[in-house]
Amino acid sequence: MFFDFFKKRKKTSATKAKERLQIILAHERAANKAPFLDDLRQDIIKVISKYVDIDPKTINVNLQKDNSMEVLEINIPIK
Amino acid sequence: MSGKVLTITSGKGGVGKSTSSANLALGLALSGKKVVTIDLDIGLRNLDMILGLENRIVYDVVNVVEKACKINQALIKDKRTDNLFLIAAAQTRDKSAVTSEQIIGLTNELKKDFDYVILDSPAGIESGFRNAMLPADEIIIVTTPEISAVRDADRVIGILESNDKTQVSLIINRINPTLVKKGDMMSKDDVLQVLSIPLIGVVPEDSNIVSYTNIGEPSVLHKDSNSGAAYKNIVKRILGEDVPFMEITEEKKGFLQSIINFFKE
Ligand SMILES: Nc1ncnc2c1ncn2[C@@H]1O[C@H](COP(=O)(O)OP(=O)(O)O)[C@@H](O)[C@H]1O
Ligand SMILES: [Mg+2]
Repeated sequence: MFFDFFKKRKKTSATKAKERLQIILAHERAANKAPFLDDLRQDIIKVISKYVDIDPKTINVNLQKDNSMEVLEINIPIK
Repeated sequence: MSGKVLTITSGKGGVGKSTSSANLALGLALSGKKVVTIDLDIGLRNLDMILGLENRIVYDVVNVVEKACKINQALIKDKRTDNLFLIAAAQTRDKSAVTSEQIIGLTNELKKDFDYVILDSPAGIESGFRNAMLPADEIIIVTTPEISAVRDADRVIGILESNDKTQVSLIINRINPTLVKKGDMMSKDDVLQVLSIPLIGVVPEDSNIVSYTNIGEPSVLHKDSNSGAAYKNIVKRILGEDVPFMEITEEKKGFLQSIINFFKE
């Protein structure tokens, strides 16, 4: 559309600020709600490393709320 | 009488907690409520200067909780209204000089005689903040539209939630309409989309605040002040009135600008 052409400007710094905040706060809220997750992650890395070769950076530990159920999701890609 | 404890806090420092405490305390007092405000930023006394009451301090909040004086002796009466009193922070002590039990004890006493006990919180999320937050019936979080202030506000909101504080609302302070329009400052709506708590007021950037503070006369005392008008609206909302939020805009737009905006929608 003609008008869309004019609207597609570069993202403003305010938009970037909002997006950065939404991402970082999603992480921080989750971490603060379940402060044990970091320790759990460290422990998992220790245990799994004994048996298989893993890259600690790729391990994802997540606590998610689906309706009424809480799901602890752990993703461990193996090298 | 059983008054309410209203705590003004923020996480980040320098965002306008003390300015807001002074204006809301004075605004509520001028609306006929009996108000006492306590500066809980122990070691960094501030509210006395903003209110222009620094010459009248004899006893401070640490003296009161240590029972070195009676509560009455530490109540500093405002110059402009008989409805407002200040209890000053101690200047030569630090945060550890008071406990949250002591502050709760003090506010419980004050609630018997005052409609509002307004606590000006120190920055941070440590003991000074806890002392200000734990006695609160209602909490106002002050933030500016800056990324670090909003992030800290979110952290504080999380801590308040886990302490079962549910009466929490937000003041967005120092909105600069010119910057918002250029896209260089988050708007009121941007901030509200990030922080999920109800808004109680938007206060514009006001270059006159420096001089108001210089003379110890908060914005609400100045008829033409735009920050004063914003604080008066917040006072009404605290008192339960349904006041629409004013859009903070630049000076009136010309015809051409209106047409441009029309096509932008
Ligand atoms: N709306 C505003 N416009 C301009 N300056 C402001 C505004 N609100 C606060 N300030 C200034 O910002 C500084 C910090 O305010 P203060 O109320 O002391 O913050 P805090 O108590 O959160 O540390 C002060 O110099 C104050 O005058
Ligand atoms: Mg302060």
